[in-house]
Amino acid sequence: MTAPVHRPQPNPQPQHRRRLLGAGAGAMLAISLRPASAQTTLNGLLTDQALEPELREAIRGFAGHVLPLKGRVTLDVAPLVENGNGVPITVRAQSPMTPADHVTEIVLFNERNPHRDLARFEFTPASGKAEASARVRLATTQHLVALARMSDGSIWQHTVEVIVTLAACLE
Amino acid sequence: MARTLIHAPKTARPGEIIELRATIAHPMETGLRSDDQGRPVPRNILTHFECHYNGQRVFGALLYAAVAANPYLAFHLRAQASGTITLTWHGDFGFKQTESLALQVA
Repeated sequence: MTAPVHRPQPNPQPQHRRRLLGAGAGAMLAISLRPASAQTTLNGLLTDQALEPELREAIRGFAGHVLPLKGRVTLDVAPLVENGNGVPITVRAQSPMTPADHVTEIVLFNERNPHRDLARFEFTPASGKAEASARVRLATTQHLVALARMSDGSIWQHTVEVIVTLAACLE
Repeated sequence: MARTLIHAPKTARPGEIIELRATIAHPMETGLRSDDQGRPVPRNILTHFECHYNGQRVFGALLYAAVAANPYLAFHLRAQASGTITLTWHGDFGFKQTESLALQVA
């Protein structure tokens, strides 16, 4: 009685899998080598893919070649706004505000107003606290971005989404 | 002269961080609207703001068309010595207004 002998056949499967693995590694490399504009969640960096290109351009214009990191800056705004004509916003950044280590500026960008700029605040160690408030107009439901530049040159980002029920910019 | 409303403490302890809040009456016309004849309304906004404390610039802000009418700003400064705090708003068409207040530090 002879049991059916399984004869190893040349099988294309393993090689195919190996190719796939290679392709995967190549893709990972491509992700890690992407320029600052295409940010990933690797190493705590930001996911900006959801933001409008014009907003990403504004962020790039401010940050230059520095990659914004998540944290240290907070943009405080109500998640649901009834009237876009005067939306209270507060930005604050964590910093000892000493001459050696302080926040130099915080900039606010929007996604869907006619212009990307909302406001820009400039701080000095004599400010004592990197915190400022203002009231802005928001044309519609959109993302807002706060970017803080520290005296060491690092840039920190906070992105929030605001739902606006009554838009500004309408007569 | 535009009307302003400024909230700031009159006295502070040395090293204390005080909050200043300031509003100024200004339309912040965006330049994106038309009048009832269909003619564009020229932009008329406040473009920047500065706070000096005893001659030293301690805080500044750049304002854009997205800032709401009658701009409100709140910010902080560290009280060091008695003296004068000046707030200056600059805008389109040569707009400039300065308000001064005294701070007693003891």
